[in-house]
Amino acid sequence: MEAPRHAAEPIVEVRDVCTRFGDAVVHDGVSLAVREGEVFALAGASGCGKSTLLREIILLHQPQSGSIRVLGREVVGLGDEEALPLRRNWGVMFERGGLFGSLTVRENVGLPLREHTSLDDRLIDEIAAVKIALTGLPSSAAAKYPVELSGGMRKRAALARAIALDPRLLFLDEPTAGLDPLSADGFDHLVKHLKELLGLTIFMVTHDLDLLWGVADRVAFMVEGRIAGVGTMQELSKSEQPLVREYFYGPRGRGAREQAWKRR
Amino acid sequence: MNPTPAQAERDADVEIVGGDVRCVGAWTVARVAGLGTRLDRIGWPAANEVVIEGSALCAMDTAGAWVLRRVLKSLESGGRRVSLRGLRTEHEALLRMVATPDVVDALARAAPKPSALERIGVIASGGVRQGVDMLSFVGETAAAALQALLRPARIRWKPILYNIRSAGVDALPITGLLCFLMGIVIAYQGATQLRRYGANIFVADLVGLAMLRELSPLLTAIIVAGRSGSAYAAQIGTMKVTEEIDALRTVGIVPIDLLVLPKIVALSIALPLLTVYADVLGVAGGMVMAKKELAVGFPDFLDRLQYALGLSDFLVGIGKAPVFAAIIAVVGCFQGFQVAGDAESVGRRTTVSVVQSIFLVIVADAVFSVLFNALGI
Repeated sequence: MEAPRHAAEPIVEVRDVCTRFGDAVVHDGVSLAVREGEVFALAGASGCGKSTLLREIILLHQPQSGSIRVLGREVVGLGDEEALPLRRNWGVMFERGGLFGSLTVRENVGLPLREHTSLDDRLIDEIAAVKIALTGLPSSAAAKYPVELSGGMRKRAALARAIALDPRLLFLDEPTAGLDPLSADGFDHLVKHLKELLGLTIFMVTHDLDLLWGVADRVAFMVEGRIAGVGTMQELSKSEQPLVREYFYGPRGRGAREQAWKRR
Repeated sequence: MNPTPAQAERDADVEIVGGDVRCVGAWTVARVAGLGTRLDRIGWPAANEVVIEGSALCAMDTAGAWVLRRVLKSLESGGRRVSLRGLRTEHEALLRMVATPDVVDALARAAPKPSALERIGVIASGGVRQGVDMLSFVGETAAAALQALLRPARIRWKPILYNIRSAGVDALPITGLLCFLMGIVIAYQGATQLRRYGANIFVADLVGLAMLRELSPLLTAIIVAGRSGSAYAAQIGTMKVTEEIDALRTVGIVPIDLLVLPKIVALSIALPLLTVYADVLGVAGGMVMAKKELAVGFPDFLDRLQYALGLSDFLVGIGKAPVFAAIIAVVGCFQGFQVAGDAESVGRRTTVSVVQSIFLVIVADAVFSVLFNALGI
């Protein structure tokens, strides 16, 4: 389902955000906008403040200054009570899954449903099974506990939980980190498939070049607490910024780009 | 798919118009609850051919698609032929998606809940297995200890000294305070009874015997089980979760040599010493109370203590301490090694280690009492 481009208001809008931890400046005036229906990726070197920005957008951290609007609401300074309707409309997949160790995969996926809807238990279990199958997990995984799953399966289970409520907005933190190339490839396809099927807007933080080339519609490149460039990968790869160029024209960057060209 | 609020206002529902089933409202996760629970009781049309009319659906997500699939199934199970009409293409895609064999398979496979008998069996076999594991751990530790004795150069002194400090020296304030208070409590309780018979001076017997023979070793062991036994379980458990134990093996260090033996040795040294210290503080507590409540001065108290206590009373108390130490260290380390998988397991094992070691310490104390009584000590 193609969402209208350049819709009236961006689904996520970050403006002039500044963040400091003590003396360390993490963000120095970050601004970006995510349009409805697109796959937006935030890229950059490790430790440049990508994940912190994600945490600020999903209300886990407060920036020192600036404004962040998500789904039409200002989230900086928002209380827990007011944040609830927002939180029901987005799903988050954490880097290490964040699955609850004391619950099975099925219960993990069913938890948001149990918490936020009045569906009966049977329907919740069935919907959880739908989501689990949708993320490509074998049906035998549903009754297992997170520790019994491999890294790739755990990521899929975390994704199943993130889409439990059919959110409008899906946040992925390093979705392919720690996966073998084959599983990571599978994840690329899964993200694309889900986006088309469920009409999601996806905001992801990643430094996986294959994911950036293959899945992301637009990419913002973060360098030292600022956005050094925003655009499609083609546009970014022509950037004059030395750090951005280095990222794309290093040996790995070149390899991923060539792969992406071949696939097109 | 992402309806504006005005469209989404109505809950999901079905209207039966002649032979048609009309789906209306928003079939989304927030709006299908009522329909989901009602589904089995709806009076479906009697006709053999039913059309599901979907053009009035204003929104649908996967939950809604699943409910629609249920509607289809329940119509079809009545032997009707069902056709869909007016469904938007994206809604049709969702409906197809939830009907994939994977999903159906997943539901068919949902494991039934275990019966009560099965659960009892699981608990019992778990208990037996843990007992066997514990025994094999004790054996492994003993074998490692024997090897260390044969080759004293391999004994790791630094961790031993470190553990003596953390389990012994660092525990001095809390152990001292608690035993001092315990001495006060015993003297205070005894005071009322002794005063009645004018046997004030026997408070020294009471405090001295109770503290030296029973309470000091027991209290000290319980404090150390809570302080150090739990720490051992948590430390080893965390190391297991972060694969540090495996890393030790790969660099050729036997984990038991490094992590278990020093702790057992250190605790076997530290606990008797702590017990002596606890004896002194406990008697001191009794002395303070004796002076205040029974007008027994310090010199009189100490004078009486010499007659009341024999060397054997002191040794009986101190002799138990190394046994308690071994129990605490072995249980703590064993539970640490039992950790499997995640952080939650570390917490659970730590709790179990404290409960088990206190339980075993008290059992051992009871066995000692019976033994000493039989031997007339």
